[in-house]
Amino acid sequence: MSSPVLECSGIHKSFGDLAAVKDVGFSIAPGETYGLLGPNGAGKTTTISIIAGLLERDAGEVRIGGETMTPDATNTKRLVGLVPQDLAIYPDLGATENLEFFGRLQGLKGPELRERVTEVLGIIELADRADDRSETYSGGMKRRLNIGIGLLHRPALLILDEPTVGVDPQSRNAILESVERLGQEGMAVLYTTHYMEEAERLCDRIGIIDKGELMAEGTQRELVQIVGQRDRLTLTAAGALAATAAALEALPQVEEAAVTADGITLIIERAHDHLPEVLATAAKTGSIVKSVDADTADLESVFLKLTGKALRE
Amino acid sequence: MGAAWTIAAKDLKQRLRDRSAYITGLFAPLGLALVFGFVLNPLSDFEFAARYAVLDLDGGPVSELFIDGILGTAEGVEVVSVATLAEVEALVDAEINPLGGTGGESADAAFVFPAGFSDDVQSERPVVMTVIGNQASGTAAGVAVSFARGFASELTSVRVAVATLEGLIGIEVDRLATGVEVLQTPSPVVLIDDTAATKQLDAVTFYAAGMAIFFLFFTVQSGVTGILEERRTGTMARLLSSPITRASVLVGKMLSAFLVGIVSMIVLMVVTSLVVGADWGPILGVTLLVLGAVLAAMGIVAFVGGFATTSEQAQTVSSIVGIILGFLGGTFFDVSQAGGILSQLRFVSPHGWFMQGLADLRGGDLEVVIAPVLAMVGFGVIAGTIGMTRLKKGLRA
Repeated sequence: MSSPVLECSGIHKSFGDLAAVKDVGFSIAPGETYGLLGPNGAGKTTTISIIAGLLERDAGEVRIGGETMTPDATNTKRLVGLVPQDLAIYPDLGATENLEFFGRLQGLKGPELRERVTEVLGIIELADRADDRSETYSGGMKRRLNIGIGLLHRPALLILDEPTVGVDPQSRNAILESVERLGQEGMAVLYTTHYMEEAERLCDRIGIIDKGELMAEGTQRELVQIVGQRDRLTLTAAGALAATAAALEALPQVEEAAVTADGITLIIERAHDHLPEVLATAAKTGSIVKSVDADTADLESVFLKLTGKALRE
Repeated sequence: MGAAWTIAAKDLKQRLRDRSAYITGLFAPLGLALVFGFVLNPLSDFEFAARYAVLDLDGGPVSELFIDGILGTAEGVEVVSVATLAEVEALVDAEINPLGGTGGESADAAFVFPAGFSDDVQSERPVVMTVIGNQASGTAAGVAVSFARGFASELTSVRVAVATLEGLIGIEVDRLATGVEVLQTPSPVVLIDDTAATKQLDAVTFYAAGMAIFFLFFTVQSGVTGILEERRTGTMARLLSSPITRASVLVGKMLSAFLVGIVSMIVLMVVTSLVVGADWGPILGVTLLVLGAVLAAMGIVAFVGGFATTSEQAQTVSSIVGIILGFLGGTFFDVSQAGGILSQLRFVSPHGWFMQGLADLRGGDLEVVIAPVLAMVGFGVIAGTIGMTRLKKGLRA
């Protein structure tokens, strides 16, 4: 396995008496998209500000491409592309001018700069409006330009801080597709969001953060298993419901089976995996299943279990 | 330095697209200079003019010397000879022509030489020469008194000199002939009036310069407010996450403000010189003063910005400071003529030093700008160092 692009450990940052980030650590491999999932005020932006070299940390280690990141580490900053949560573009400049300006700051110049600007304008689909002032763009176009600037210098690590906040569904989908593509192209991506479905769709691994602490991390499946979540399977059925419920409860993957007014409710591990076995048992024990409804364990329920509150509270 | 230039170039591009920059940097100072120079000061093209009546009952060589040699050669002075005291009184009691004191049946002042005046000069008797001012005349009557006092002083000097000569050589000389000869001889000591008129700016130049430096404090605000504005809009995060030093962000911002300040001053100087005939003075001296003024303005604005948390706050406080310093420095009226503490207070303001430097350039060499330039650079360096230190410390996303 190739060495991680980002390695951070024991990051701690306080603002006065408020500990904004407490002992946070994780790593991201090349081509991996890592999601930092947490509600507003959880410490996501502070964490990525430290990783991007905007903020000095009180304690801990941040290494990008093997080099230590600090606010003065100009060489290490070349490895990072930051897409801030707020639109960080100049509204009185066009897309080309914005890209050229930030490209020059990244050390690009001459034909290389022009080539990259043209390429990125294509990626963010703004080539036809490249010379218009960005203040005339739609919200989605501005967001795409915001992302494009972060991509311009081909960073090893792209940090996206809630890039879809306030974006219409169409533009949001375009942004998510772009991020998926970047991951496939081998770029390491750190993606913060409080949208569970974005984290589920994009991220290879997810860190759940709340009150400045990384509560858990892993793949979605690992996270669900860490907290021992089970799926809820609701069978609408008729027949020998009590016998069927008893037989289902005897299955090792079923935690609980209860007879309801119109059928049976099961608490079960990986409902989709074990559904054929459940249906076969019901048939064998004299029940006719009319419909099945599965509520699978998701990050929302994991978050609820870990923090005692909903993700978007 | 490359990053600083990149940031400065971007800022300049934005300033060029910002119409309000043209208002504060060019149109407002130019418009106000024209308004103050022409509308509020209709005497901007004022030239001294006076009409003096002379009653010469003496007819001797000394009174003749005064009338022809002094009054007759003075610029802007018209001499009217009269024969009687009644005519004198009629002229000095008459209303003055408001357009300059000349013309019509009036005089700003009258000189009366009694009979035997020239003889009295060579004797030990008191010499009496009367000056009658027209109450309606201000400056011209005062100038008449100055003419008379100067002449009396010269006569006294000649008397003393001749008496000394007689004492030394023991021979009585022809006092009248000697005195007239001495008075006609150019003085070996040349007095240069280095205090007032020769070192004052004409009204058009005064207001052009005053408004230029007054608005300079608004023009250069863009550097500091730009830093705070980038923080507000989120682009500061991008700048600071780029592989550049924090110092280059500050330098870039200040560089753009410096260039905007210099260009706005140059444009104002050229336009006011070509359009309204402002006379800024020798180019090298003026260049040094402008550089000093821009540095002072940047330093003071950086100082204010270093203590501000938002661009609006920095803009408001900088504007207030600029207005106060502008008034103290005499950009709206010439406080150097006000006397007392007001004329001294102008030196707590770079505006005052700038205006003083320009005025001094009128009657002096290049070295007269050294003190004003050093004072302005001092303002810039002291205030700027404090301000930049605080700004750099507070440079954050």
